[in-house]
Amino acid sequence: MMPFRKPTSRFRPCVAALLGLVLTLSGCSDSETWQGKDISSLMPDLEFTLTGSAGEPVTEADSAGQIRLLFFGFTSCPDVCPTTLTALSKAINQMPETLQDRVTTLFVSVDPDRDTPERIASYVDFFGENIIGLTGGEPALRDLTKRYRTTFGYDEPDADGNYQVSHSAAVYVFDGAGNARLLFRPGLTPKMMSEDLTALASEG
Amino acid sequence: MSAAGYLLPYDFSPLTVLSFMVVLGLYGLALPRLPEKERPGSGRILTFVAGVLLCYGVMQTRFDYYSQYMFFVHRGQHLILHHLGPILIALSNPLPVLRFWHRVIGSRGRRLLKPLGLLYRMLQQPVVASVLFVGLIYFWLWPPIHFDAMLSRQLYWLMNWSMLLDGLLFWWLIFDARSPVLTNALGYGKRILLLALVAIPQMILGAWIVFSRGMVYDVYEVCGRAWPMPPATDQLLGGLLTWIPPAMMSILGILIILRRAMHEDGKFTRCDTVTEGPAS
Repeated sequence: MMPFRKPTSRFRPCVAALLGLVLTLSGCSDSETWQGKDISSLMPDLEFTLTGSAGEPVTEADSAGQIRLLFFGFTSCPDVCPTTLTALSKAINQMPETLQDRVTTLFVSVDPDRDTPERIASYVDFFGENIIGLTGGEPALRDLTKRYRTTFGYDEPDADGNYQVSHSAAVYVFDGAGNARLLFRPGLTPKMMSEDLTALASEG
Repeated sequence: MSAAGYLLPYDFSPLTVLSFMVVLGLYGLALPRLPEKERPGSGRILTFVAGVLLCYGVMQTRFDYYSQYMFFVHRGQHLILHHLGPILIALSNPLPVLRFWHRVIGSRGRRLLKPLGLLYRMLQQPVVASVLFVGLIYFWLWPPIHFDAMLSRQLYWLMNWSMLLDGLLFWWLIFDARSPVLTNALGYGKRILLLALVAIPQMILGAWIVFSRGMVYDVYEVCGRAWPMPPATDQLLGGLLTWIPPAMMSILGILIILRRAMHEDGKFTRCDTVTEGPAS
């Protein structure tokens, strides 16, 4: 006959250790020095091949050395895109004048069916000078958005053929070397973004 | 998108595919080599394969895409990785297969695996196991951590794998097929207690998400949704999935354990009277 073995239940100090570990890990997520979200250890470097407003291929190398603000949107966008692009242009204008031309905004349209290069060009011109309008075939756009853990989707078109596009509401900030640095979430004021951009541009 | 497109991984992870292939391969290889009386029947084999395929499906098909960009689908993914998949795997009782490979690897292999065994026993201490089970849900759903996990590919994989492995550990402890009367498996009363205890914090968390007025998980707002859906609806559905199905699974688990305990009640009564005596 099998001998009885009482179930052993020993309380070990590991519970405390585990709790401690969880608390420590969760305590060190946000850096206090930036207004935006520090993403330097979370996201890959800037890398893309898209089509510029003259129909020419554009890569990240074309704006190397500049601080790049990457934003996904579409020109028929009723609210998020114009608000964000206006806020970015205000933020850049609030930087010290000598640093302003060190920042380039990359507006990537994720609605290539409606947004022709010409249409994007006239759209971005409205929001300032140092802004490049880009788009690409859907596969290229899918690859790029996937790289930055974001996506886009289309609603069913209405009777007039208009449709909504869901896209990221955040701005990805890359430094001159193309390293991912910050994420501007919606809700940051132009002044806060301007402070971060000035600090980045002053880095050297 | 074609049917094949839905079955192919959104974010291909060779390590994940390999792990699932190894698990199914080891299971399949062991089956015909097991002695007749130990071999699981077709119901158990199906349950095991269904559990494994469910977990694979939410990690390496188009489902993963929707999990990354919709909060409620993400909650569904974790419901399978942390609950349903491991529950099916544990209920299928693959213990004979594990025993078979334990015999095959020989004493040298067993020596090499010893540190893993120590870690396993530490994690299966009931208090540690339940704190870990609930703690991991809270950890990955803590808003700043959740934000980072959805932004970083590495953290995302770490999150999903940690949920799956912890789910397997916890439900294996709960549904251990060995009888606590004859082995050192956890007693039925304690198993029921653990199931009830882990349900409460999950219900609190789910209810908190459901009744939150503001956006708790804005990462889906920041990163774009898979299709345009009101953020509040997404959060509400996600909260409900965190709240109700896990609580239901705890209750189902309790019923299964109660049934086993009642089944064994009569079975070992005679044993009790025989073995009771000076030895105890």
